[in-house]
Amino acid sequence: MRALLLTLACVTLAARDAGATDLVVGRGGAYTTITAALDAAKPGDRVVVRAGTYREPTLVIRTPRLTFEGEGWPVLDGDAKREVLVIAADDVTVRGIVAINTGISNLEDRAGIRARDVRNCVIEGNRLRKNLWGIYLQRSVDCVVRDNDITAEGVRQTESGNGIHLWYSPGARVERNRVSGHRDGIYFEFSSHGETRDNVSERSQRYGLHFMFSDSCNYERNTFRENNSGVAVMYSRGVRIADNRFERSWGSAAYGLLLKDIMGGEISGNTFDRNSTGLFVEGSSRLSVRGNVFTQNGWAAKVLADADDNTFTANRFSGNAFDVTTNSRSANSSFDGNWWDEYNGYDLNRDGVGDTAFHPVRLFAMVVEQHPAALLLLRSPLVSILDAAERVLPVLTPEALVDRRPLMRPPQ
Amino acid sequence: MITLDTIRKRFGSLDVLQDVSLAVRPGAVTALVGPNGSGKTTLIKIVLGLTRADVGTLHVDGQPADEAGAYRRVIGYMPQAAHFPSNLRVGDVLDLVTQLRPGEATDDDLARAFEMHAIRDKFVGTLSGGTKQKVNAVIAFMFRPSLLILDEPTAGLDPLSANVLKEKIRSVRREGRSVLITSHIMTELETLADDVAFLCDGQMRFAGSVAALLERTGERSLEEAIAGLMRAERAPKLSTAPAVAAFTPTPWLSPAPKGAV
Amino acid sequence: MNVISLVLQAGLRDLSRNRWIVAYALCFFAIAEGLFWFGGTGPQVLLSLLNLVLLVLPLVALVFGTIHVYSSREFVELLLAQPVPRRELFVGIYLGLALPLAGAFIVGAGVPFAIHAGAGASAGGVVALLGAGVGLSLAFAAIATWIALHTDDRLKGVGLALGVWLATTVVYDGLVLGAAAAFGNYPLERPLLALMLTNPVDVARVLVLTQLDVSALMGYTGALFQHTFGTSLGIGVAAAALLSWWVLPLGLAGRRFLRRDF
Repeated sequence: MRALLLTLACVTLAARDAGATDLVVGRGGAYTTITAALDAAKPGDRVVVRAGTYREPTLVIRTPRLTFEGEGWPVLDGDAKREVLVIAADDVTVRGIVAINTGISNLEDRAGIRARDVRNCVIEGNRLRKNLWGIYLQRSVDCVVRDNDITAEGVRQTESGNGIHLWYSPGARVERNRVSGHRDGIYFEFSSHGETRDNVSERSQRYGLHFMFSDSCNYERNTFRENNSGVAVMYSRGVRIADNRFERSWGSAAYGLLLKDIMGGEISGNTFDRNSTGLFVEGSSRLSVRGNVFTQNGWAAKVLADADDNTFTANRFSGNAFDVTTNSRSANSSFDGNWWDEYNGYDLNRDGVGDTAFHPVRLFAMVVEQHPAALLLLRSPLVSILDAAERVLPVLTPEALVDRRPLMRPPQ
Repeated sequence: MITLDTIRKRFGSLDVLQDVSLAVRPGAVTALVGPNGSGKTTLIKIVLGLTRADVGTLHVDGQPADEAGAYRRVIGYMPQAAHFPSNLRVGDVLDLVTQLRPGEATDDDLARAFEMHAIRDKFVGTLSGGTKQKVNAVIAFMFRPSLLILDEPTAGLDPLSANVLKEKIRSVRREGRSVLITSHIMTELETLADDVAFLCDGQMRFAGSVAALLERTGERSLEEAIAGLMRAERAPKLSTAPAVAAFTPTPWLSPAPKGAV
Repeated sequence: MNVISLVLQAGLRDLSRNRWIVAYALCFFAIAEGLFWFGGTGPQVLLSLLNLVLLVLPLVALVFGTIHVYSSREFVELLLAQPVPRRELFVGIYLGLALPLAGAFIVGAGVPFAIHAGAGASAGGVVALLGAGVGLSLAFAAIATWIALHTDDRLKGVGLALGVWLATTVVYDGLVLGAAAAFGNYPLERPLLALMLTNPVDVARVLVLTQLDVSALMGYTGALFQHTFGTSLGIGVAAAALLSWWVLPLGLAGRRFLRRDF
């Protein structure tokens, strides 16, 4: 099957590029070094690298429309001294290689695979191990990064770069990659209109996903798990974050999803499970937070007072130590029609909406916000009594932060 | 059988017993009498080791009573009122006491007479006061103790059962065992007691044989003799009552010296 | 058979038929079952039961325990009149109170979880809750025994028991909360952690929290908390603190039982 596909691909390429040839490196091939093959390649050619370990100076693809392909997982070793592979021509495809061991440098950002000032590159199905940076797109437009497996286990944060790093690279598609152990799993900066789907980013030393100044991006069906600080999304507009899973980000500054200065966007259908703080919203406005599930987080949603005009609807809150907390009595975000497991009102007219309002911010949550040490009293009978009293007669909690139409059944 | 020597006990500022001495002879029934609050119960508890004397000694069969309480092997105790855990069956209570005193000779006479087999499966909480008192009595006599301490034993018993119990007390005495008994019913004591000890305000005002008491007081019955003693005790306090001459202690009213009875 | 097990057996037999103890077990059972019935998940039921364990369990153990020791006074005197050592009698009497209390809790709270196979609650959470409940039962039964042996006035004794209940469940935490607010500018975490260890109800709560609210405890103060109590060493320290809340009152009660006049 695989052979058939390859043949088909060759036929297709051959049809496009009359006279395109395969340059084979390694056992049984015409070339012993990749460098020699790359030097000889013409646009539209295919360089096939057979199994083996290759230690060569940084490989640079300068030929447009080149397909650079590994056969039997050839290992390209940076010897802890240099970057491994650089794409410096448009329409290049790199697949099936193992890029390892760039080593650490304080002077240069060494990457396993770098695309530099190109268009339409495709980096797919590669393995990257023990690199300072994994895949680095630098001022490269409309590139595809998919099905790569990127790990940098056991490296300290100061000695690690990001797994997939995009810098001024708009229109990228990042799909089905697995990233673990890097500083940030997936990083976007000044890279708008990106699509990030179906990736798994875990055990990052900092953020599973980190993006800044990247407008109009779409993040779907990704799983972010056990990242040291979770996911941070900053200074962007028109962001859509849907159907992702944010799991087990634990620590004093760990967030399932941190939103800072995001203007306009949609946070929907995501699951926030067992994070110290599920969703943290700071200085953001006009966000629609809809149909998400918050389970067993310390703080399900922390919405600071400087965030305004955000709406929470049809979300499901259950098993969280605190459902919602904020830092002030004035609240500028609204909750309407969510399901809260702590709601114990009634529904006399049976329209599925509780007849009494629910105040998701507990007094104790506010106390802990101001005096973190008081957290030690979590679940104390005294705290239950104080919370009950506060619900009857709110003194400290924001009265405006109220769900007047709490759902009786969890939304589907 | 047992000898108490100059026992002194204070509860707070209250002198409950002041230099009380008493000897209970083998094969004799000793009646411990006195008004309410005179210290009878405290004295019994000291004998049992439930309460510890501040001063004074307790000898059982010539041996000083040990702290661990092994001497209680020779004692059978029937407290004033029986309170057993109400959700235990009568059988549970009897078995518990039997197992707490393993290897001791048992005496089933009273158990048979009081028909314990018929109520073994009944919960204590459902029993009448009299029936509980029977269980109480059975436990006291169960191990053939050489000293029986009976605190108001017939209280709450029907006349028939009271008679059975008194008969048992007599048979115990015939066997050469000792009985220390308190009761408010002097006529009852009259038919049972050989010796009498009269406590008042924590002091032993008389200890000796019933015959000696009658002879000294000139009364014909124990009841009258004790009543006379009590009247005499109260007299000094009732300054307006000149009927009885001030009670002056005579030699026989001083505490009985050890071995004198 | 030895004295301890005989007296203990009698106590177990008596209290297992005691209607208050049966009602107590049924109460836990009914509440847990009711919560499951109304669609509660395992973790939710666990949290609701935690409230009962921290509030109702100490109250029952203290008040029922005190009254029970008072009401068995005459029977204890009868037992004391037998040729058995006081020490063993005491242990038997105490266990005869504490074990039925703990057992009623285990049955009442544990069986619903067994029926529903945990219903999503972690085994660690269930074990921590049951363990904390047993620990508190033993500790407060010891405190109740001590109160009843120390104070002959029954009304005073029951009042004292209620006082201890109020102090340990509510007042103490109120003072801690006050301290946290008053000295909020100082690094309070460590002193407060130490304070948690000196109240049995807080120790029990802490032990359960490390199993239930892991997420909350992973952040902020919780990190230190988890650092202190989340490790096996920390759990050991907390368990030791709870144990000392059992052993200390028990020792005092025992000393009192050995020395006092009945």
